[in-house]
Amino acid sequence: MNFLVKIAAIALAATFAVNGASAKTLRMGTEGKYPPFNFVNDNGQVDGFERELGDELCKRAGYTCTWVTNDWDSIIPNLVSGNYDTIMAGMSITPERQKVIDFTQEYFPPDPSSYVALAGTKPDLKKGVIAAQTSTIQANYVASSGARLVEFASADETIAAVKSGEADAVLADTGYLNDIVKASNGELAFVGDKVYIGGGIGMGVRKSDSEIRDKMNAAIESMKKDGSLSKLIAKWFNGRKVTW
Amino acid sequence: MFEYCTDPSSLDSLQWWSCYLTTNKQIMFYQSFGTVLALLLATAPVILLFGFGGALARRSRFLPLRLFGLGYTSMVRGIPDIIFFMFALIALDQGIEYVRHIVLCPDWTEPVRQGNDFVVCAAAKMPPNNAPQWVHEVYGFFLALVGYSVVYGAFAANTLFGAFQAVPHAQLETAAAFGMSKRKAFWRILLPQMWVYALPGLSNLWMILVKATPLLFLLGVKDIVYWANELGGAKTARFTYPHGDWRLGYFLVLLAFYLILTWVSERGFERLNRYVSRGHASRGGST
Repeated sequence: MNFLVKIAAIALAATFAVNGASAKTLRMGTEGKYPPFNFVNDNGQVDGFERELGDELCKRAGYTCTWVTNDWDSIIPNLVSGNYDTIMAGMSITPERQKVIDFTQEYFPPDPSSYVALAGTKPDLKKGVIAAQTSTIQANYVASSGARLVEFASADETIAAVKSGEADAVLADTGYLNDIVKASNGELAFVGDKVYIGGGIGMGVRKSDSEIRDKMNAAIESMKKDGSLSKLIAKWFNGRKVTW
Repeated sequence: MFEYCTDPSSLDSLQWWSCYLTTNKQIMFYQSFGTVLALLLATAPVILLFGFGGALARRSRFLPLRLFGLGYTSMVRGIPDIIFFMFALIALDQGIEYVRHIVLCPDWTEPVRQGNDFVVCAAAKMPPNNAPQWVHEVYGFFLALVGYSVVYGAFAANTLFGAFQAVPHAQLETAAAFGMSKRKAFWRILLPQMWVYALPGLSNLWMILVKATPLLFLLGVKDIVYWANELGGAKTARFTYPHGDWRLGYFLVLLAFYLILTWVSERGFERLNRYVSRGHASRGGST
């Protein structure tokens, strides 16, 4: 019994241990499955455009940052329940999302979405079976376009569905698909016209965290002004030119 | 890992594989097998404890305790696991933070619930924001352990309750006739014989627990299914080791792992069954 009491005491002490929490540490949430925006590299570390950008923003805003990955589907619920403090996961700023969380100004301009299908096929983009990642602007678009939508938890699975023939085509951000089409060695190709949906990509924060939002806004502004953001985008997106 | 791994694109296949299979990410995959086994080994005793607690509560002659035991087992058994995992753990996590918030930040005036947001002071965060990532992972593992224990404990409680009832009543009457006290009869007569009836049910429960470990992934613990999915997905030239969709291969490894695990468990339970049945003429032990 004595032993049990001791264990209970330790557990209680651990529960109420005061940590010297400096408010300066931010936990940055990302998906880690959307190269080149964010991915987990072979070292097991979060890598990509958003990692490099986020680290620089943290430096300018005076935060220490650690990175955590979370499934796309539950990335907003876990932000509002406090598991991490920001979302940088290639997330477009949409009015629907703004009802739940706040966004900083965009750090990546609106990226048109594209259709990709097996090379040589001519899928019916209006009525065919189109793959898209769950809870994305693309999924919403496909659902309202009249085509049959098949949803997947990650972008990678939408591509696999096109390759296996489960879906006729996939709709996703062009910035993501460029890499995929290039890596497929001619197996996949862009089809149809580009679709212009969604706003730019911004960093998501809790509505109650106006301090983080304001500091990050200032940091993004300074990176836009000194040209370092344009340089980063060119580095990760095949020399793409962006002017602010 | 090896010196020649600095430029993987120039390697022949044997060396490429030796490099690929020893990247940090692969090693995290290997370590996650340990996570799954650790979860199984750590939860099993806690589940048994919860099971005993629940079963004894249901057998209690004290009405509120009996109702509590009945409530616990029927509630957990009636609610889908996944809802229980998701809801109970978020509630537990936020409950701990809420209590810490009240104790540690008494002069905080803003409400904890602001619209959708759950906001506690920085000192009340559990684990603290500046804690290293492994602390967050251990905490997540601990929450998962509690979740599995509560859910499977209820099933164990029902199994054990049934096993206690299954021991022939004549045995206990005989014990009383020999002058044993209730307590003595419980330890010497009821408990040793109960195991014979409980084991088949418990072994079933263990198998179900083994198969439920991929749910860990839902709780934010990076288990073998998470890593298999992550490593198996197609990799573009952004990665050091580009490859196509290898999910099938990775999931075959998981298949083998789970088959071996259940096979070993099967053997273990057979031996255990023989052990607890020794001296019984009725069930497993005929000698």
